[in-house]
Amino acid sequence: MPIRRLILTLAVILSLVALLAYGFFRDPRYIPSPLVGKPAPNFSLQLYSGEKVELSALRGKVVFINFWASWCPPCIAEAKEMEAAWRKLKDQNVVFIGVEIQDTEANGRAFVKEFDITYLMGNDPTGKIPIDYGVWGIPESFFVDPDGRIVYKHVGAIDPELLVAKTAEAHQRIMTAKEGKGEYQSIR
Amino acid sequence: MTALIGHSAILLAFALSLWGIAAPLLLNGTGNEFFRSSARLSILGQLAFVTLAASALIYALVNTDFSIQYVAMNTTRATPIYYRVTGLWGALEGSLMLWEWLLIIFSGLVAWIYKERQRETMPWVLMIFSIVSAFFLGVLAFASDPFQTVSPVPADGRGLNPLLEDANMMSHPPLLYTGFVGLTVPYAFAMAALIVGKADEEWIVTTRRWTITAWFFLTMGNLVGAWWSYHVLGWGGYWAWDPVENAAFMPWLPATAFLHSVQVQERRRMLKVWNLSLIMVAFSLTIFGTFLTRSGVLSSIHAFSNGPVGKIFLVFLAVILIASFGLLAYRADLLKGQPQLDSMVSRESTFLLNNVLLVSALFTIFLGTIFPLLAEAVTGRPVSVGAPYFNAATVPIFLALVFLMAIGPMIAWRRASLDNIKRNFLWPAVASLAIAIAVLILGVRDFLPLLGVTVCAFVVATILFDTALALRARRRLARENIFSALVTLARRNQRRYGGLVVHLGIVLIALGILGSMSYSVERQATLGRGETLEVGNYKIRLIALRAIEEPTHYRVEGVFDVTRGGRDIGELAPALKFFPNQQSPVGRAVHRSTFGEDLYLILSGFSELQNNRATLKVLVRPLVVWIWLGGGVIVLGTLIAIMPARKRQAVAVSSAELEEVA
Repeated sequence: MPIRRLILTLAVILSLVALLAYGFFRDPRYIPSPLVGKPAPNFSLQLYSGEKVELSALRGKVVFINFWASWCPPCIAEAKEMEAAWRKLKDQNVVFIGVEIQDTEANGRAFVKEFDITYLMGNDPTGKIPIDYGVWGIPESFFVDPDGRIVYKHVGAIDPELLVAKTAEAHQRIMTAKEGKGEYQSIR
Repeated sequence: MTALIGHSAILLAFALSLWGIAAPLLLNGTGNEFFRSSARLSILGQLAFVTLAASALIYALVNTDFSIQYVAMNTTRATPIYYRVTGLWGALEGSLMLWEWLLIIFSGLVAWIYKERQRETMPWVLMIFSIVSAFFLGVLAFASDPFQTVSPVPADGRGLNPLLEDANMMSHPPLLYTGFVGLTVPYAFAMAALIVGKADEEWIVTTRRWTITAWFFLTMGNLVGAWWSYHVLGWGGYWAWDPVENAAFMPWLPATAFLHSVQVQERRRMLKVWNLSLIMVAFSLTIFGTFLTRSGVLSSIHAFSNGPVGKIFLVFLAVILIASFGLLAYRADLLKGQPQLDSMVSRESTFLLNNVLLVSALFTIFLGTIFPLLAEAVTGRPVSVGAPYFNAATVPIFLALVFLMAIGPMIAWRRASLDNIKRNFLWPAVASLAIAIAVLILGVRDFLPLLGVTVCAFVVATILFDTALALRARRRLARENIFSALVTLARRNQRRYGGLVVHLGIVLIALGILGSMSYSVERQATLGRGETLEVGNYKIRLIALRAIEEPTHYRVEGVFDVTRGGRDIGELAPALKFFPNQQSPVGRAVHRSTFGEDLYLILSGFSELQNNRATLKVLVRPLVVWIWLGGGVIVLGTLIAIMPARKRQAVAVSSAELEEVA
């Protein structure tokens, strides 16, 4: 009985099968965001409050950018919890910016009022900001570290615990290459 | 009721398959002849029950019995009767049912044909069939039940995927599955030969016709799939190197290698281990293909349902690989002591090279297919592998294979003399060079197409030259006219001439791929009514946009008037079909084929608001028709090769003499 040949055969087969089995533990459609690790594209946003916010002026702080629309169910679902997270984190050198896209300013103002949102909110009528950030659907969120680099991208609704955790990581400049995923609404 | 009958039939067949696995073992242990006949009867019983179950499913589909979930998902009341029947392979459960049905039909045929022969190996052959059958029946019974009922019963079904409502979808999956299942026959005989320890040439000789048949169905399944992709999917291509396409194509490569290398074993008793390995790989790849298609581990443009089935197939794949290659390693001593190659210039060595190339192509495609998985496992970052890799890596291999089609059939066994080489290849080489120069003068300046045409011409020239020599010899000896001499020649050496005709078919396919790969032209433009787009010799003018209400969908057509070189060639009307339950429209491309090139029109969009404007994509793809013609030639060649042999006539030229002349 040629035991060595048998072991070799088994080794080849088992490693192949293991590789194929590994396939069950990954998402074949997942593509790493090329933005992570890169400087966040600068933008200035006209806020509902009448002021203007410039991203480059926020260096030194962690910035959480959330792209949303009033008609998007996951956005409605996450609105309350996001506001709660903001109230918890706002003294920790953090800025939250909600960028309303593919929607009217009137809808946006009503949304802010309904959910009593106190962080920075504004409408982007040009649609240029989401293009710079490669936004494909709604909602999508980005975390920018104090050096102005994108450290994490989350697609779909984000749960508040993750939001808090990723904000803390952004302070320490920890990057996550893999996109997060939540409930998602594609572009209308 | 139908569901109950169908499900019970599957369960009974499953029980019989387990008995079919146990019986040969008991026969081996006790020597009781009762177990020999029961191994056979188990197969026939499975055949009866699986046929009952498949018929029940077809009956339910035809009568739109929506209490069965599978029926509700894959038909509607409006579905025409033939698409109700093809709903059998419209989704996972039915496809598995069809696979099992074909498998057990093949098993039944084997059990019946070899009733009195192969007494020693047959019980083991049937056991292998029962093992494979038990696997599929187990999946059907417990994991992916086509007879799952729904309650409350829906009023109407969801219907087939509209892309599957096409005549080619009636033939593509059954052809492919028949090819896959057909490979089970040589695999089962190979395993049985290893189990009883008779590792000589007998299993190869026995399964020769089965192997050719399986190869034929695999070839046709892939070609019809390409044809469907070309004329239904409306992207202008016939092959995208998608994982699912690769999965269907990969078994073809070792099967083709096997067809050639078994001839070496038959003649020279060489390559025993190699041949066994090839058929094991080919069979495993059929299971691997289903795993790939149904597990969703790789991203594919083919959207298939995922479920537990992928994992079950992986386990089965592991079992098959371990059992097959484990047995091969265990029996390695039996397979030792084979003759060595006499010369590097001989038919054996050419066939060996052909095998090395085919296996390299297989490895290349396999690696490319699973590379995203491998890359992520190693580096944590997925990489996507696309057509450029596959084209760059496989085109040279396939070109070399085409070249070998000129050498292999003509070169002598054992050791080719210089004289043999000169006699067979000198004139064909001259002829193909002449053709190369003619093509160069005609304006083909690129290296790859030029080389490809030369190689193809060389193959055709060797085949014609060889046949002409054989015909001359035959006519001199038997005084026949050319036609009857040709028929006698083919009948006397069916395998050889069938093979040569298949080679001609492959050459046609190679030319078609070469032409369409190298010289396609693509233009896209938005046209208003009366405006014209010029592509090559073609002028395409938008006449009108019109909307038509069809029974199952709403159709928007762009009507274009087409002229070629100033001559009117009529109207073409590509369309977009809007199905109520589909989010995006389904395109209906149209094409006009000639032997020289295809004109392919795709309506990519339209606008009612802006004055009836239509966005049109136009492709001119040379020589595509030759791919499909090549398929027809392969059918002819295969029929010649597997036709039942006629009894030899008393007065005839012996084939040895003929070969001498050739």
